Amino acid sequence: MISSLNLQLLDLQFLADGILAGAMIGLGAIGVTLTYAILRFSNFAHGEFVSFGAYATLLGSSLLGAIAGGFTEPIGPFSFGWGVVLAGLVGMLLTGGLALALDLVLFRHLRHKAGSITVVIASFGASMALRSAIEFIFTSRPAYFSRELQIAMPLGLGVKITPDQLLLIVIAALLVTLMHLLLTRTRIGRSMRAVSENPALARVVGVDVASIVRVTWITGAALACAAGIMVGILVQIRPHMGFDLLLPFFAAAILGGIGSVPGALIGGLVVGIAEASAVQTIGAEWRGAIAFLILIAVLLVRPTGIFGKPA
Amino acid sequence: MTVDLLGQGLVAYGSFFLATALSYAIICLGLNLQWGQTGLFNVGVAGFVAIGAYASALVTTPATSAHLAGYGFPIPIGWLIAMVAAGTASAFVGAVTLRLRADYLAITTFGIAVTIHLVALNAQRLTGGPFGIGFIPRPFAELAETPLAFSLANLALIVGVLTIVYLGLERLARSPWGRVLRAIREEEAAAVSLGKNASLYRLQAFALGGAVMGLGGAIQAHFIGFIAPDNYQSSLTFQVWTMLIIGGSGNNRGAILGAVLIWGIWSVSGTGIAAIFPPEQQARAAALQIVAIGVLLSATLLFRPRGLIGELATVSRHIDGGAELEAERQASP
Amino acid sequence: MTGESPILAVSDLVAGYDPGVAIVKGATLRVAEREIVVVLGPNGAGKSTLIKAIAGLVPISSGEVRLDGQEITRLAAHLMVRHGLAFVPQTENVFALMSIEDNLQLAGAILAPRLKAERIEATYALFPDLARQRRLAAGRLSGGQRQMLAVARALMVSPRLLMLDEPSAGLSPKLVEIVFAKLADIRRSGVTIVLVEQNARAALAIADRAYVLAEGRNAHEGKAAELWGDPAVAQLYLGGIRAAPQGGRP
Repeated sequence: MISSLNLQLLDLQFLADGILAGAMIGLGAIGVTLTYAILRFSNFAHGEFVSFGAYATLLGSSLLGAIAGGFTEPIGPFSFGWGVVLAGLVGMLLTGGLALALDLVLFRHLRHKAGSITVVIASFGASMALRSAIEFIFTSRPAYFSRELQIAMPLGLGVKITPDQLLLIVIAALLVTLMHLLLTRTRIGRSMRAVSENPALARVVGVDVASIVRVTWITGAALACAAGIMVGILVQIRPHMGFDLLLPFFAAAILGGIGSVPGALIGGLVVGIAEASAVQTIGAEWRGAIAFLILIAVLLVRPTGIFGKPA
Repeated sequence: MTVDLLGQGLVAYGSFFLATALSYAIICLGLNLQWGQTGLFNVGVAGFVAIGAYASALVTTPATSAHLAGYGFPIPIGWLIAMVAAGTASAFVGAVTLRLRADYLAITTFGIAVTIHLVALNAQRLTGGPFGIGFIPRPFAELAETPLAFSLANLALIVGVLTIVYLGLERLARSPWGRVLRAIREEEAAAVSLGKNASLYRLQAFALGGAVMGLGGAIQAHFIGFIAPDNYQSSLTFQVWTMLIIGGSGNNRGAILGAVLIWGIWSVSGTGIAAIFPPEQQARAAALQIVAIGVLLSATLLFRPRGLIGELATVSRHIDGGAELEAERQASP
Repeated sequence: MTGESPILAVSDLVAGYDPGVAIVKGATLRVAEREIVVVLGPNGAGKSTLIKAIAGLVPISSGEVRLDGQEITRLAAHLMVRHGLAFVPQTENVFALMSIEDNLQLAGAILAPRLKAERIEATYALFPDLARQRRLAAGRLSGGQRQMLAVARALMVSPRLLMLDEPSAGLSPKLVEIVFAKLADIRRSGVTIVLVEQNARAALAIADRAYVLAEGRNAHEGKAAELWGDPAVAQLYLGGIRAAPQGGRP
């Protein structure tokens, strides 16, 4: 009895799970926040970039695996092989391509007026169509990058983590840092910030806004693909995987402040950790409502978010 | 004799089809009030429909351990409660987000729909969980023995409700209240000069639209007699939006036309899928159906944003900022 | 105007935000190298729209714009700096959320890195106020300092032609003097200047020639000194010198 009372006082496993989920949410939220800041609309199809990225990578790694068995050999202590890595890089490019194609065919013609809500409707429709297309091609059966089981290593304080999880947290941190450096130290990053603040002035100082729009789509989509690969490695691949993350993406982006990359990451971590603690306390089935509660709280208390520009 | 039975069967099927289509039309009318007449983008239609359906179902079913409430109220009371519940939820969402960016309303309504679905699915003692709610009292239940009379009576009822809602909304649009709403939608300056009151008008429109959606949900629930959480997902929102956009947004008749048309396309293609594809492939084919409808919606937004019978003037403000209207003015002598 | 070809030639320009609703209804300008030319006129005359149209921000329906003989009528706005044309808008002319340093870095983005670094240092030498707070967000600067930054930003690319839209707007008389003195300096260093102004007095003091625009068309033109001395012109068109009840502001 005493030993069971001695229980999870310091079980910080939920923290580890939360940070992991938060990293994935953060990567997607960055794309959402950049699209919102620079292109001025909430892209409801962003979740589909996540799913598409995962499936494209799955296809690629399966292809590579069929060509040579070496590609499926797990790398070191991780569950996936070089096939996934290579296919993942290609997947990022392909997802970027999908985003550009969608913009070219659909969004570009509808987003010309600032504040136009039609483009959001279109993104919702595109999201349904894409999700269903994926379901049509791959069916709704869950898929996996590999069947390798991973052993969780204890880190202390009741936290256990698998090599995959550790690696992916590091990679996510790396990607976010790269994004931050891109935005603050490079010409492209300054141009992106300029366009998000004042597109007309950006043109006046020589920024090719059309080119920045393309860069925004590509980087947002590539990060979404990375998030999709992470989810695919750590959990599973399903047609709805990205859509289920859409609300957490929006909540994280709004919590962090629209346009802020560090904000999107922090927002993601908050949402992830909140969800993980909810799973511990009130049960996993309620996880989806957490993001919504956070969203409502932010909108009621401080709609501009943590790093957002005041209204 | 067989011809007679066939005729009866067709009529029964036809009235079932029409009744369902018109129940969607009611939901569409609610959406049109929010979007066509007020310019608000509600991505969570399914959530408000669900609130209406569940509210009415919960209070009109007999007491049971499968879910909460079960007061056995009469159907009209159930429908009234459905409208109040959905309207209140809409008012809440509107109060939180209407003063913020338009996108934030979209995101919040999306979140509400996801959360409602989650609650419906998991709060088993409240809502019956994944099993849903059954034995919902159906109008004209005493006619259930004669399918033809039953279908026709229910159809008549739905047509009646639809007519009342349609006339009511049309009346409202022409009333002083409606004129203020139109002014707000078309002239931002008017909105600014009204100050806070502009938000109040929008809130009222949003809440009323939500209430109508709830009514539609309740009507559907009582028509079928059974509801489950899976009925109220993003595909429902998608269907209703497609109906409104293709039929003609900003236009109540467009809403009704779109509902019948899209429901027709959906049913026909659904039947086609069931007939052509083997059972194990039907889920995939259904996915393709959605892809096709999604492409249809996108094409409409691109090439004919006013839909089939939407009026250009009322729609162009939201959809393309007046450029199409301007282009039309240019083209005429 | 001497016989040499003008650095800027605007001919019968028709422009406006909405197609079919022209605000500029046929304007003509000729600006010679190293001139300071000012465009005056009452409120609503289309001065601002004209200069924005030249800069590529407002659609042009007909007419042409030539820079150094080269047609730039339909050139995309972001390419103007590459052709040596820099524009300072009236409001929101710096990136308030970005630091002073970032504003300058961005302006110099089309330059080679070393040249860009030199220019930035030169800018700081010219504007010690800005140098002291280079990491400060531009929005935190005072109105006058912001204007300085906007002009400095435009000069980063060593433009042949500098256009400004009401540089005196919102500034105290003392600051206006300082800004206009700076403009005179800039002209001395070889840059041609075109400015739109409501404050005719300050503008005519440094300008060589002036155009007066009214209702989207040319209404008058001449040497600055002539316009300054002509009371009829002042009364009819120049709301800045006399209090003109004419449509403009008091």
